[in-house]
Amino acid sequence: MSSITATQDQHDDHHPTGLKRWLTTTNHKDIGTLYLVFSLIMFLFGGSMALVIRAELFQPGLQLVDPGFFNQMTTMHALIMVFGAIMPAFVGLANWMVPLMVGAPDMALPRLNNWSFWILPMAFTLLGMTLLFPGGAPAAGWTMYPPLVLQTGDAFPFLIFAVHLMGISSVLGAINIIVTIMNMRAPGMGLLKMPLFVWTWLITAYLLILVMPVLAGAVTMLLTDKYFGTSFFLAAGGGDPVMFQHIFWFFGHPEVYIMILPAFGVVSQIIPTFSRKPLFGYDSMVYATASIAFLSFIVWAHHMFTVGMPLAGQLFFMFSTMLIAVPTGVKVFNWVATMWKGAMTFETPMLFALAFVFLFTIGGFSGLMLAIAPADMQYHDTYFVVAHFHYVLVPGAAFAIMAAVYYWLPKWTGHMYNEKLGKLHFWLSAISVNVTFFPQHFVGLAGMPRRIPDYATQFADFNAISSVGAFVFGFSQLLFTYIIWSCARGGQKATDQVWEGADGLEWTVPSPAPHHTFDTPPVIK
Amino acid sequence: MKEARGNRLLVGKLVLLTLGMFAFGYALVPLYDVFCEVTGIGDRTGSPTAATYLPTAADTDRVVEIEFIASVNQGAPWEFRPAVSRMQVHPGKMYQTTFFARNTAGEDLVGQAVPSVAPGLANRYFQKTECFCFTEQRFEAGEGRDMPVVFFIDPELPDHLETVTLSYTFFAQDRVAAR
Repeated sequence: MSSITATQDQHDDHHPTGLKRWLTTTNHKDIGTLYLVFSLIMFLFGGSMALVIRAELFQPGLQLVDPGFFNQMTTMHALIMVFGAIMPAFVGLANWMVPLMVGAPDMALPRLNNWSFWILPMAFTLLGMTLLFPGGAPAAGWTMYPPLVLQTGDAFPFLIFAVHLMGISSVLGAINIIVTIMNMRAPGMGLLKMPLFVWTWLITAYLLILVMPVLAGAVTMLLTDKYFGTSFFLAAGGGDPVMFQHIFWFFGHPEVYIMILPAFGVVSQIIPTFSRKPLFGYDSMVYATASIAFLSFIVWAHHMFTVGMPLAGQLFFMFSTMLIAVPTGVKVFNWVATMWKGAMTFETPMLFALAFVFLFTIGGFSGLMLAIAPADMQYHDTYFVVAHFHYVLVPGAAFAIMAAVYYWLPKWTGHMYNEKLGKLHFWLSAISVNVTFFPQHFVGLAGMPRRIPDYATQFADFNAISSVGAFVFGFSQLLFTYIIWSCARGGQKATDQVWEGADGLEWTVPSPAPHHTFDTPPVIK
Repeated sequence: MKEARGNRLLVGKLVLLTLGMFAFGYALVPLYDVFCEVTGIGDRTGSPTAATYLPTAADTDRVVEIEFIASVNQGAPWEFRPAVSRMQVHPGKMYQTTFFARNTAGEDLVGQAVPSVAPGLANRYFQKTECFCFTEQRFEAGEGRDMPVVFFIDPELPDHLETVTLSYTFFAQDRVAAR
């Protein structure tokens, strides 16, 4: 009898416990945690696939896996990292921090929020289970170019429906974030008073709504081409495989900014805190973000210079791509100017943010090299491209996520993380990421193609170095996992403000942030 | 409550935007063709249509080399090759050549050849007045035959182009034929 009463009491309190709490939660902090934990699991899962790739490439020749499985690894690694690790991690940060930063009690659409998270594990179960199929997982690359991708076996519909579900999840999350930001800001917080993380997410959310449905359309066309007799991309029926590339990259290029704009936001929060100065050029940061978002829609064909475009097309996409360097340069210079004569300290979040600025810029420069249409004929589909986008995604997006985790972890858990271990994690990651990806520039320029399990022997030394770096980087992330776990369990109590130079609404609530915050909106002066 | 209505309104607009972008993804398919036609870039090499005009005068001073390539996709049940692999032609003069195809499958097949001209710039100057690629070709099991192409090179062909390649890929048209 007493146990029944106890259950009822819990029910009245609206706090189911255990698994049910997480399945049914509509609290933005719970859902943010779910997103972040999910993305960490996917990061380790996708990372282990990268280690299979690097192990095979440690020496020339075929050693460990057969080429078909190697192709499955490159494809799944990319899909999992893009849609399972980077994007959900930023959505998780937005869930946790956007309501706290704009002084809202929760996200605008809490039930939708629950659903947009729980679609994700379903999507990745659909995708991941294909690894156990007789024909194996999708192996035609994450870009899913026809006609090759149409040769995928039983895994094909699972790939398509998984992409549909990821798209639905992202769009629902984006709608929620836009409504929260537009309608639930605390009184007095005008648009140009919002923290930059909120701004970058507002723009990212619009990008998601504009391009995820286009990807959904493209993969639906693949599905009907394979099973329902359409010929969107089949030359035999009058279709055009190159058209898929156009549609895909119309989605794909804004997608790369979806993965980096929130990172710009994170870094724009962290650098002022540890420089103890307000952000330099706030307005120009907002306008630069908006310009990058706009330009991302008119540069897509720089991914496909080699398809046989006319000169006019090559010139247009070359120059529009180079134009993106201008607003991006504005951002980098603003970050540097923020640090100029600041009273800087170098806690772990700041170290990751600084590494971001430096290493992301290297990735940006190699991007400029790739934008040069005549030179791209040489670089296209080589390891130079692999090095380029890993520089913007690993020490770019992933480092920004790590910086954000260290920065806000005390606010989430109420404890300081272990600073010594945090610094160790930073140095291990920052060194090994360069050891991994920098040599790939050299082998790429010398002509080593991407997505091939074997290579000519003159590339052996650089590949061996790269593989060693990859394993050090991979295992360093177990340290990251341990630091987060131990910080959640206990540690030195964090103050409300946590960081001496921290400024913003999220630092006015207690640490750890209570389940419900800003039930009465704060007043912004 | 006012806030809830504001939220609903904004959600409605954003959902409409999402659906609109899904439709836009499909609209890109015809837009892609229209864009290439209007701007004249892209020079869609695939269109298997006959020349709409005939040459006026042959330019006998100029010689252009034409290469012929025939290919089938991996595993497709065709034997397919050009009768000659290259020809020297004068722009503005009509020429004829043939491609040979044999159905190596044990059943009747309908084939469709899809042409492609390289470099892409040359496409609009490569005029076919008669081509087996204009129609589907029916082959009985084991049947083989020569199929003609009649073509001329437009004298407007840019001077720097000295070699033009015409290639065909031969597809079994089971699906398309069934429609």
